[in-house]
Amino acid sequence: MLDNIQKQLLKEVVDLYKMPKGAYNIRANGEKAARNTTENIDIVTKEDKPGIDIIIKDGTKNESVHIPVVLSESGLKETVYNDFYIGEDCDVVIVAGCGISNCGTHDSEHDGVHRFFVGKNSKIRYVEKHYGEGDGSGKRILNPVTEVYQKENSYVDMEMVQIKGVDSTHRITKAELGEGATMIVHERLMTHGEQKATSVYEVELNGEGSSTDVISRSVAKDSSEQIFEAAIIGNTVCNGHAECDAIIMDNAHVVAVPKLDARNVDAALIHEAAIGKIAGEQLIKLMSLGLTEKEAEEQIIGGFLR
Amino acid sequence: MLELKDLTYQVEENNETLTIIDHLDLTIDDGKFIVITGPNGGGKSTLAKLIMGVKELTSGQMIFDGEDITECSITDRARKGISFAFQQPVHFKGIKVLDLLRLATGENISVAAACEYLSKVGLCAKEYIDREVNSSLSGGELKRIEIATVLARGTKFSIFDEPEAGIDIWSFQNLIQVFENIRKTVKGTVLIISHQERILNIADEIIVIEDGKVKKHGPKDEILPELLGTADAVNRACSKMS
Repeated sequence: MLDNIQKQLLKEVVDLYKMPKGAYNIRANGEKAARNTTENIDIVTKEDKPGIDIIIKDGTKNESVHIPVVLSESGLKETVYNDFYIGEDCDVVIVAGCGISNCGTHDSEHDGVHRFFVGKNSKIRYVEKHYGEGDGSGKRILNPVTEVYQKENSYVDMEMVQIKGVDSTHRITKAELGEGATMIVHERLMTHGEQKATSVYEVELNGEGSSTDVISRSVAKDSSEQIFEAAIIGNTVCNGHAECDAIIMDNAHVVAVPKLDARNVDAALIHEAAIGKIAGEQLIKLMSLGLTEKEAEEQIIGGFLR
Repeated sequence: MLELKDLTYQVEENNETLTIIDHLDLTIDDGKFIVITGPNGGGKSTLAKLIMGVKELTSGQMIFDGEDITECSITDRARKGISFAFQQPVHFKGIKVLDLLRLATGENISVAAACEYLSKVGLCAKEYIDREVNSSLSGGELKRIEIATVLARGTKFSIFDEPEAGIDIWSFQNLIQVFENIRKTVKGTVLIISHQERILNIADEIIVIEDGKVKKHGPKDEILPELLGTADAVNRACSKMS
């Protein structure tokens, strides 16, 4: 059974108020708290290491899998390996996410290693939210590793969100795309206090006509630090676009390192990076509508991270 | 009523003091449709920004409906009933047209209500309500959305800073109609900075600002012929030269 803190964390990371429909696996404080499988989606506990295999049958459509993790015990550190085997011609939504509540003095850490094997013509929407809370001196640490292997004409849309409360993150996302495959990434990040967040993407466009769009929008407040690295490697006729757009505030530090690596004359790769403070004209416009400066700032950040 | 008393605005440039607004006195009565015009660099936009509080006065006093607003912030002036449509509308990543109109009204207005404001500025509401207020919109579209935010506020004093600037001739034709409609429907005071004869033509009063001072101020019927006369004179002189 989940306690109230864990239920609150679930609400924050996967918008769940009660058990979801469809397949799910809820992990709380390092143990399985609940699981449901369906006719098309099986979830199996790994035997050699912590984690699960999620197996989705060919032709599974309009189904979802929720695999949230919550940590409410101070000092808990875990690395979990989750593998997704997605068949051909699927259309599914996968919702992951981790919430940590640390009121103690020890660091809590969850490192999720997710691997996606996406079959031909399948479409996946993957949403991963990170959330931290608790007033203890122990840090809340999340280091996710995501690997994506896409077969022909598959489509992966990833949404990675970390808005509050995580002290340290080092995110690594790697993808290899086959012929006609598409990968879209939307990352939204807000750091404050002394938080540090690093996000590294490496997308290899191997198949003809493959494409990717990696978009990061972030806000760095107080003395926080963000590092964004996006590398796109074009090995064939392909399209790649990476964009990092950051608002810097207070004494924050933001680094954007785009890297394009074209190994074929028909690889079309673009990167854009912009870092800057909130434009004065934006504040003035919203203040002229009757908002205070603080309200205007909140609206601008809220819209930017939407 | 807005009373501007002995307004001066100076800036420092290359160790020199430039006077942009020079001991200017002006009274604007309620419910009037007023167009401010005058040569470029004469101080028109600066005066508008001083009224909104976007720029701070060097000296002088502003009284709005009997209350001294000289020291008021932009937010306070907005809340007291002054609105401002900027000459160059601002972009916002992630903020949609609907959000901006809701912020303008200060209420969580329905989509239908928001669409009404867009229709008033000649935009097909359905196509715009969910668009982000970003660079994907053209200059003319942004301008009209900017005007819609001022209409949505419905305040007793609305300022439009060169609404015609930076838009193409086709959008301009529509814009004139928008202001003709505003002329008919808006109850509060409307202050437009413009060089356009068709906008000057629908004014109750025209104010000419030059060298930071009020050069002329009076009913349209009195001022407009003088201005056009001057332009005609220039044209005649030019035609003789050619």
